[in-house]
Amino acid sequence: MNFDRIKQKLSVLSDAAKYDVSCSSSGSKRANKNKGLGDTNGMGICHTYTEDGRCVSLLKILLTNVCIYDCAYCVSRKSNDVKREAFTVKEVVDLTINFYRRNYIEGLFLSSGIFKNADYTMERLVRIAKKLRTEEKFNGYIHLKTIPGCSNELMHEAGLYADRVSVNIELPTESGLKLLAPDKKREDMIKPMQYVKNTLLQVKDERKVIKSTPKFVPAGQSTQMIIGATPETDRQIILTANHFYTNMNLKRVYYSGYVPVLADSRLPATTMQVPMLRENRLYQADWLMRFYGFKADEILEAEHPDLDTEIDPKLAWALRNMDQFPVDVNKADLHMILRVPGIGLHSARKIVAARKFNKLNAEQLKKLGIALNRAKYFLHWPGIYQSKDYTSNSIRAMILQDSHSKYHRMNNPQLQLF
Amino acid sequence: MYFRKLTDLRIYVKGYEPPVLIGDVLYIHTEEAKAKRVISKLYNIGGKPVIDLYYKCILSEQQGIENHMLAALQYSIKSYSNVFADYGNFHVLKLREIEKKMRRERHRMTAFVRFKHGRDSLYYSIIEPDFDVIPLIIDHFEGRYADQKWLIYDAKRKYGIYYDLNQTVFMYPTPGNQSSGTVDISLFEPEEELYQQLWKTYFKSTNISERKNLKLHLQHVPRRYWKYLVEKETGIHG
Repeated sequence: MNFDRIKQKLSVLSDAAKYDVSCSSSGSKRANKNKGLGDTNGMGICHTYTEDGRCVSLLKILLTNVCIYDCAYCVSRKSNDVKREAFTVKEVVDLTINFYRRNYIEGLFLSSGIFKNADYTMERLVRIAKKLRTEEKFNGYIHLKTIPGCSNELMHEAGLYADRVSVNIELPTESGLKLLAPDKKREDMIKPMQYVKNTLLQVKDERKVIKSTPKFVPAGQSTQMIIGATPETDRQIILTANHFYTNMNLKRVYYSGYVPVLADSRLPATTMQVPMLRENRLYQADWLMRFYGFKADEILEAEHPDLDTEIDPKLAWALRNMDQFPVDVNKADLHMILRVPGIGLHSARKIVAARKFNKLNAEQLKKLGIALNRAKYFLHWPGIYQSKDYTSNSIRAMILQDSHSKYHRMNNPQLQLF
Repeated sequence: MYFRKLTDLRIYVKGYEPPVLIGDVLYIHTEEAKAKRVISKLYNIGGKPVIDLYYKCILSEQQGIENHMLAALQYSIKSYSNVFADYGNFHVLKLREIEKKMRRERHRMTAFVRFKHGRDSLYYSIIEPDFDVIPLIIDHFEGRYADQKWLIYDAKRKYGIYYDLNQTVFMYPTPGNQSSGTVDISLFEPEEELYQQLWKTYFKSTNISERKNLKLHLQHVPRRYWKYLVEKETGIHG
């Protein structure tokens, strides 16, 4: 093993892979069989975190950064002058196994630039997954990228060995994609996604009858879109995400704030800052849809297509819908308790569990970890607080004044002097 | 305790008792038969989850936790029901808070154990967890690394677990042989150093410096864990 060459390849090919922010290693339960290597526990483990705060749970690499496409936003685009490297199948397998044995990673996340054509590339990725599973008896997590345009046969084989597959739609709208990646077609991404979706439904049905139906993509599919490289509104982004959750049964949609790496007339200036705040708000909106029972239309209406930067989407919704409050935590449904700003998913469940024993008072709610400073404006507290006395604008102002949000300084330029 | 019909009782771990102004100090020795009765009572109340809850509380080494354990049990007995979802009750809440901390530390250790490949094909790791979580991670590592010999040693509490491809045993260093936390690198397999370097390379390359956020990073990986994380070691190779 030529160590220096491997080190060089690893450096280039993990740097190129980092803009794919999917980090999940959960959603799949593979038990260790016959003293094989590894297992996945369903929960996922973040073995370490980068200095920018992102979780590192998998060895995330490109098989190669050679690519026949020239997508404007991508550092590996063919017209960009960067060092091109490629791993061999054996090198990837060795790296994965050795990192795994040392408990550095939960498994492998393998993507690639497209060389020759989609099927040629995809076949290599599948070969690596197959080798890990069948020859190395590897039961850890494998996430394979779907190469847009690859055949259904290859997609099927990939699904037999991978825990998760994903194809990045890259931009939230087709017009965005046409502008920045004219080589890529939306339907090339949707076709394999659709194939996997249909096969998953089929396998689910089969398993009801035949218990030993082989696993197929047990952790489901995900996708990613770049935020801020093209001028779509937050509403367009959220509606796109919603479409993928409801119609394609995707498990996750990732929003990756655009990191300007290349100068191009079609792209925003390289001096543009990474839209971290916007990305954060989008993830908050995403969580509302997936865990808090919000519909996409409730979060953003056509008249206000962008998320509020000063306050989170849940608070924004509450202020627009004051007629739904105040909520009595001792009587209301879980569904409504989840909508109170300052009450999170776990606290809401604890409230519902605890109130079976005794009525809850403010002191107890505080101990449960509820942000009472915020929630009080929306809760039913006879004798303590009357929400009807305040307008939503004044409540908003009072909450902001009290706020220790990390974005507070960003929205208040006069504080930047200090 | 019910046997003696004591009322205002407080439990202290021997050696940590504060001076007592009123009342007697009774030294209770652990009796297996009585302990079994308590465990089976807990099991009748809430099954394995409640046993797990109490087990975690014992391992947590938190001063005073025994009183909450007792009070919660008394509450449960008095109300003839499983009260361990009553987050409104002060004692139940305290137990649940400790359980949460234990769960998190256990999860952290499954994440932060870093094996080094030593001589005789042994993969070994040193950790210093905030709480005594070694008993809680045995199953995880046994299930995952079924085909390699491994050892995990808690340098704070001076004991570890060793898996020999068949079963896991507790191990205690012999007196005069205490680990100092540093290791002689001549004990490694030759490739070990190379894979550590590769991991460091990966860790560096996967970082997006335009999004640097040290505060968030420290929240996830507090400095006290850096000592045994390969990617945080700075040496001549950087």
